Amino acid sequence: MKYSVFAAGLLGASAALAETPELTVYTYDSFVSDWGPGPAVEAAFEEVCGCDLKLVGAGDGAALLARIKLEGDRSDADVVLGLDTNLTAAARDSGLFAPHSVTADYDLPIAWGDDTFVPYDWGYFAFVHNADAAVPGDFKALAASDTKIVIQDPRSSTPGLGLLMWVKAAYGDEAPAIWDGLSDNIVTVTKGWSEAYGMFLEGEADMVLSYTTSPAYHLIAEEDASKSAASFAEGHYMQVEVAGKLAASDQPELADQFLQFMVSDAFQSIIPTTNWMYPAVTPAGGLPKGFETLITPEKSLLLPADEAAAVRDAALDEWRGALSR
Amino acid sequence: MARRAQPLSPAAGYGAAALVAALILGTLAAVAFNAETGRGLSAADWAAVRFTLIQASLSALFSVALAVPVARSLARRRFKGRSVLITLLGAPFILPVIVAILGLLAVFGRAGWVSEALALFGLEPLSIYGLHGVVLAHVFFNLPLATRLILQGWQEIPAERFRLAAQLGAGPRAMWQLLEAPMLARVVPGALAVVFAICLSSFAVALTLGGGPRATTIELAIFQAFSFDFDLGRAALLSGLQLVLTALAATLALRTPVGEGFGSGLDRMLRRWDGQNTFAQSLDTFWIVFAGLFLLLPLLAVVLSGLPGVLSLPATVWSAAFASVLVASASTLILLALALPMALAAAQGRPLPMEIAGLLGLAASPLVIGTGLFILIYPVASPFALALPVTALVNAVMALPFALRILVPACRDVVARHRKLALTLDMRGWPFLRRVVLPRLRAQIGFAAGLAAALSMGDLGVIALFADPEVATLPLQVYRLMGAYQMQAAAGAALLLLVLSMGAFWILDRGGRWHAEA
Repeated sequence: MKYSVFAAGLLGASAALAETPELTVYTYDSFVSDWGPGPAVEAAFEEVCGCDLKLVGAGDGAALLARIKLEGDRSDADVVLGLDTNLTAAARDSGLFAPHSVTADYDLPIAWGDDTFVPYDWGYFAFVHNADAAVPGDFKALAASDTKIVIQDPRSSTPGLGLLMWVKAAYGDEAPAIWDGLSDNIVTVTKGWSEAYGMFLEGEADMVLSYTTSPAYHLIAEEDASKSAASFAEGHYMQVEVAGKLAASDQPELADQFLQFMVSDAFQSIIPTTNWMYPAVTPAGGLPKGFETLITPEKSLLLPADEAAAVRDAALDEWRGALSR
Repeated sequence: MARRAQPLSPAAGYGAAALVAALILGTLAAVAFNAETGRGLSAADWAAVRFTLIQASLSALFSVALAVPVARSLARRRFKGRSVLITLLGAPFILPVIVAILGLLAVFGRAGWVSEALALFGLEPLSIYGLHGVVLAHVFFNLPLATRLILQGWQEIPAERFRLAAQLGAGPRAMWQLLEAPMLARVVPGALAVVFAICLSSFAVALTLGGGPRATTIELAIFQAFSFDFDLGRAALLSGLQLVLTALAATLALRTPVGEGFGSGLDRMLRRWDGQNTFAQSLDTFWIVFAGLFLLLPLLAVVLSGLPGVLSLPATVWSAAFASVLVASASTLILLALALPMALAAAQGRPLPMEIAGLLGLAASPLVIGTGLFILIYPVASPFALALPVTALVNAVMALPFALRILVPACRDVVARHRKLALTLDMRGWPFLRRVVLPRLRAQIGFAAGLAAALSMGDLGVIALFADPEVATLPLQVYRLMGAYQMQAAAGAALLLLVLSMGAFWILDRGGRWHAEA
């Protein structure tokens, strides 16, 4: 494996003499920001690929897929990085993606056997709260309590959709009743994660829908141990973030090389403290100090991609119905 | 009606209006023709249409109803810091939505200042979330604009009319009947239409303050159709509906005959003799303090939260600020190039098509314009390379309705006053424009340019669809910072944005009337 990367690096380097090949990767905005993994990933990959890695921020989550669909076969993108399992079924159906050739020993709580999409990180959705607050231990206790929460809209936000799936995966047909019970706990529903998290930090709510890894950001980057994530007895819904190669790519080998690089230590060790998620393959150095303080859910929930796509619209109607009353 | 001879050809105005209409309808058509499937509008979409209409109507009514007394007080009083106050009052309008929401919540939220004050007296915290919250937020955004539009109506009453009224011993009632009520009948419908159109395309504000999916607006339904369902047909349909609703509202609001206006004056200093008794004075003070507190407290919250971060802003924020200044300058020039000919054509002929063409820019969903432009540009050029010019163009079109509201009445007066003399002297075209029109429109042009620059600076607009990592405007950078947990840097960048926008507005607006009173 190492040799093939090395060989590809050599090939890349000699090609660079003639003309540096360019690999275009579409991803979400926060990946390419100065604080995201983008800059470090670009430097690390360019060191071995002899190419120019161009990371392009194109909205987030669903907008990223919409963008690719708009561009279709003519797209400049070789790789799309940043879809999750709620989107992979639709992405696969678009016929724009090609199978990958990546092999890796994933450290995911679930088995991964997708032939088109390669996972690069994952996390659990969770409600984040101030560490000194008493919090409910499951959705039913939350509904019965007067704890106030801010959530995101599933129609415009990835965590919002995650919560929708979380309740659906945990409660199935009972989901509408759960939403009904939660309706008086929900302070408001925001367009995106940033609004909700900002409101929580300003004290508008006791808990905000985010990730189990959010407290790690405050602990590691701000040396602030005041935030925790509430552990829910139903288990926590997972988000697995993936990348895929576009069938129309003019750099298919380079795209394969990037996907393989993505599950290597060089890439994976960047993830925890920039994307604040768990790496898909734990790097040799282990997780950064501070991650051991995070809660580990007893049960991991994740609907398979096809099922997630199938239940999505009905679950959305239930959500809207319960919260519009 | 036989066409009367006019000193200026309206062709440029019609051309500009056609350009704007082509941009908006062309992008809409581009999206519609790209649609594959389409399941028509669902019950949920119709619920969104209903909610949108209700909240936009209420927001327009409340904004304008409050703006009338505030503008009247500002028109009657002269005090230290008045012009600074008037400029500052415009600030909410240009803040990025996410920043404004957080500022508003810092004052009116569950943990806001008002709730904390209530808690001192053992009272429950304020509940801002719901339809009333949506209206409150929209009034916060639009009261300043409505106030400025109406205040301008007062300023366009020639000083001689007030002098004459005072000489004839007109009391407040007579002053109201003779001067103020007819002026308001001219100005208020336009202000209502503009605020209604702005609120029609509200999304994040309505959702967040509305407290949940009850507060789904058409714009959110468009967003959902586009990025959740990838149903371009439905997105185009909803956007078309938004346009039709705006055009209807504009027709209703603007078809009322506007009357003859107040004729000409000698542009002399305004002095008011009315409203000098204690009651009138305290009433005016009340309205000015009310508007000041309501609009400036959330702003103060934005400033306070931004101060710690503003000294240590990352370099990307500064380059984004530079890009924003560039976009705002270009956008302002484009706006003037479109708005002036359109306003002059409207002043010389039928104003309604111009007004509607202008309002379309506001009502059109930025997401649909952006997507449409993307579809149109993509086959011929890289959308990334055109990110900034496209943003400048779209921002200019979005600011057009405001500019028209500001310019059209003044143009109408100038043309009415000087048309005959100019034609007698055979003064047409450029000389008429340069010697007669432009000098008399300085204040309005300055105001419109200032508003366009500030709006463009603060608008996230279509750049989010086009930008690559190296190109970001300041609002986009604020969002990016927040998305990366950098709340403090984001607050600092938002403060910088506020300062830049207000600065641009101040310079242009003052530049337009540096030697004028008011």
